[in-house]
Amino acid sequence: MGFFLETLFGGLMAGMLYSLIALGFVLIFKASGVFNFAQGAMVLFAALAMARFAEWAPQLLGVQSKWLANLLAFAGAMVVMVAVAWLIEKLVLGRLVNQEGITLLMATLGITYFLDGFGQTIFGSDIYKIDVGLPKDPMFLFENTFQGGVLVNKEDLYAACIAAALVAALSLFFQKTATGRALRAVADDHQAAQSVGIPLSRIWIIVWSVAGFVALVAGVIWGSKLGVQFSLSLVALKALPVVILGGLTSVPGAIVGGLLIGVGEKLSEVYIGPMFGGGIEIWFAYVLALVFLLVRPQGLFGEKIIDRV
Amino acid sequence: MLYRENGQFKTNYRADQQIFPIRQDRIAVALLLAAAFVAVPLLADEYLLRAILIPFLILSLAALGLNVLVGYCGQISLGAGAFMAVGAYAAYNFFVRIDGMPLLAAVLLGGACATIVGVLFGIPSLRIKGLYLAVATLAAQFFTDWAFLRIKWFTNDSPSGSVAVAGLQLFGVPIESPVQKYLFCLGMVVVFALLVKNLVRGHIGREWMAIRDMDVAASVIGIRPVYAKLTAFAVSSFIVGVAGALWAFVYLGSWEPAAFNINRSFDLLFMIIIGGLGSVMGSFFGAAFIVFLPIILDQALPALGNAVGMPIDTATVSHFVFMIFGGLIVFFLIVEPHGIARLWSTGKEKLRLWPFPH
Repeated sequence: MGFFLETLFGGLMAGMLYSLIALGFVLIFKASGVFNFAQGAMVLFAALAMARFAEWAPQLLGVQSKWLANLLAFAGAMVVMVAVAWLIEKLVLGRLVNQEGITLLMATLGITYFLDGFGQTIFGSDIYKIDVGLPKDPMFLFENTFQGGVLVNKEDLYAACIAAALVAALSLFFQKTATGRALRAVADDHQAAQSVGIPLSRIWIIVWSVAGFVALVAGVIWGSKLGVQFSLSLVALKALPVVILGGLTSVPGAIVGGLLIGVGEKLSEVYIGPMFGGGIEIWFAYVLALVFLLVRPQGLFGEKIIDRV
Repeated sequence: MLYRENGQFKTNYRADQQIFPIRQDRIAVALLLAAAFVAVPLLADEYLLRAILIPFLILSLAALGLNVLVGYCGQISLGAGAFMAVGAYAAYNFFVRIDGMPLLAAVLLGGACATIVGVLFGIPSLRIKGLYLAVATLAAQFFTDWAFLRIKWFTNDSPSGSVAVAGLQLFGVPIESPVQKYLFCLGMVVVFALLVKNLVRGHIGREWMAIRDMDVAASVIGIRPVYAKLTAFAVSSFIVGVAGALWAFVYLGSWEPAAFNINRSFDLLFMIIIGGLGSVMGSFFGAAFIVFLPIILDQALPALGNAVGMPIDTATVSHFVFMIFGGLIVFFLIVEPHGIARLWSTGKEKLRLWPFPH
């Protein structure tokens, strides 16, 4: 039982990171109809910026306190992500208005390659550590319920809280602020939104910036757990099955889908994997999404029925 | 002045519908083929053949196959590398397990196995399209990556999935030296290019394009989407599978599943985007671009860096290659969504009218 719960928690933690990446995905898809392949690259880029800025801040500015350095680095990385969002909208999306979805997808593939190369060129390609001071010591839960208890990383718990806070803040932003309303309007119908005076290009910049912010948070959590490295951008491909599972247009779908895939992956690896020779983690999520596409193409929470042929 | 079709009258439909209706085109293609078959083997040195021309030919073949699916039938696929892997490992199994299996037969049977897998993973395309299909084909990619790494039967029980072949021969002629390998690949590429060109000119190709342009309208005028899509998947994965088998047998010699990972799939997709979606010619342009660019950059960037007094190491060069790829893809999508092939045909059109603008 303890082992099962530990696997479950491990899966939830991995799933939470998938959720965070998928969240950025869904935000952009809702607002601009772009299937943003570059979300993973944005996570890597943001994490690289954060890691390097945190390293540079004490050297350049003479900041002593680690908290302040991290804060500055976070702000700096956020500025970088806003700049990236602005450039993507100005140089790429703004020029591809009215193109088909596939063209836009391929453009984001191009952005992926560019960001991967650019990030590693200016920030370096070693493995960096982000240290935001999350406690690393493990702790045991439910020790009274059964023997041995369940081993949980405190760091993971903090990360989960941060992710939850992020989702709550985002939903507040979307529901309560004027900008959030404008974003939802654009997501609903581009032309109608434009005709009541919502500036589309600014909205897109905002959405990409918000996605950049989500990417930054995901990058920081992931980076402080496993270090910032290139594989981050490949792991982010897992966000694709997550959004298929949860529904492309649904924020709760991204969260639930991410958790489901994270848990499913870990549990199937542990309990079914040995039958197939192990390592089924790499394809489990995709095959699950494939099955889902055949049975319920709009995902768990998706609104739109995809047109079938 | 030279490139003009004045006076070339067609007196029957056959002449009107041939692949190259303009005489100058026929001459140019004949010259190109003669150069490729005769001049290149005589003149090119071993490095050029082995490191540049052979990969270029094989990857053009793979791009051609992918172009059938993505460019002609409009079904986006991120799993081309998977079908290459299936082709390679299936051909390997036929080659190793059956005594006296001819090379050509093994390669073609590898393609046939890739066809089966391709149709299997193409089935979702009957219900979903576009971006959703992209995710479905990603499943193919990751599944085959895993299968060839973990299922020992496929790799003849070799650890870590790395296998090797030796003693290639075609009708008794050994394929050992780079020139022989080059000629073998060239022959395959020419045959398949001709095949694809004829397929897309014909009945089935028109069905693919109709499905690509508007599936609902196509099915209204009596085109069966199931048939059209699955044939596109079948033809595409057959060619990609053959290319995979060639890549493994002729170019690599010994390989492991990582040779066909997701980056290979992306590379192939980039080739057809940059070269031109829905164009046979474009597959070759794209492959040339993607194969030559890193080699040129590898040479040019360090030299450039030294010239301005900033030595560039190899890691930085590979990052630059990434950046330039990404930038060029976005550039092509914005400026010329139909790729280099469209520039080529615009150029030909201008040449025909020259010196008049219209």
